[in-house]
Amino acid sequence: MKILYFAWLRERLNRGSEEVSPPASVLTIADLIDWLADRDEAFAHAVAKRSLIKSARDARLVPHDTPIAGASVIAFFPPMTGG
Amino acid sequence: MPVRVTTERFDPGAETNAFLVAADGAGAVVTFTGLVRSTPDTPVTTLTLECYPELAINQLQTLVDDATTRFELLAATVIHRYGALAAGEPIVQVMTLSAHRVAAFAGAEFLMDTLKTDAPFWKQETGPEGSHWVAAHADDDRARARWK
Repeated sequence: MKILYFAWLRERLNRGSEEVSPPASVLTIADLIDWLADRDEAFAHAVAKRSLIKSARDARLVPHDTPIAGASVIAFFPPMTGG
Repeated sequence: MPVRVTTERFDPGAETNAFLVAADGAGAVVTFTGLVRSTPDTPVTTLTLECYPELAINQLQTLVDDATTRFELLAATVIHRYGALAAGEPIVQVMTLSAHRVAAFAGAEFLMDTLKTDAPFWKQETGPEGSHWVAAHADDDRARARWK
């Protein structure tokens, strides 16, 4: 599974993407955030305020309780500021 | 005209004229163009917009489809830049076409209010004192909330 990061989240993690293989117990995007935070202190710090982290599954904006089974790309990013 | 995200500078007048080609039966067109703003108090030399293009196309098309249904528009589209932009350059253009002006104005306002919070673009301003990410504004959330 590919993970994408954008904007200040990408900068704080010093990477725009990574490949991960979460265990079967990781069912949702919220679980994935917890799992990534457990293995990476920088990630845990960056996502400490979960309400500031938005997510997408295969280029569709989704809430954190969305299942990840079958997903190819999960993206994490801060609130949008376009327009 | 499909929604578009692009690193290329666009010409708002030419885009409007191209959009009007399909204006059969329309009585009103509204176009809004957002520009990179630089003022003496908050000088901006470069505005860099980061984008997630695949998600941006999906989100903008969803918003355009929603606007078209809500306001019975004849057509609507959005063009949004990303990459490095200079002061005064166009960032975004929203265009709506309808039988009457009220729907065209409302549709354009809906699209701007929703894309600011729902489309994956992030602004980083660079000025004489360095660069910073533009924070999300509560005003934008309030503007978005009135369309729910």
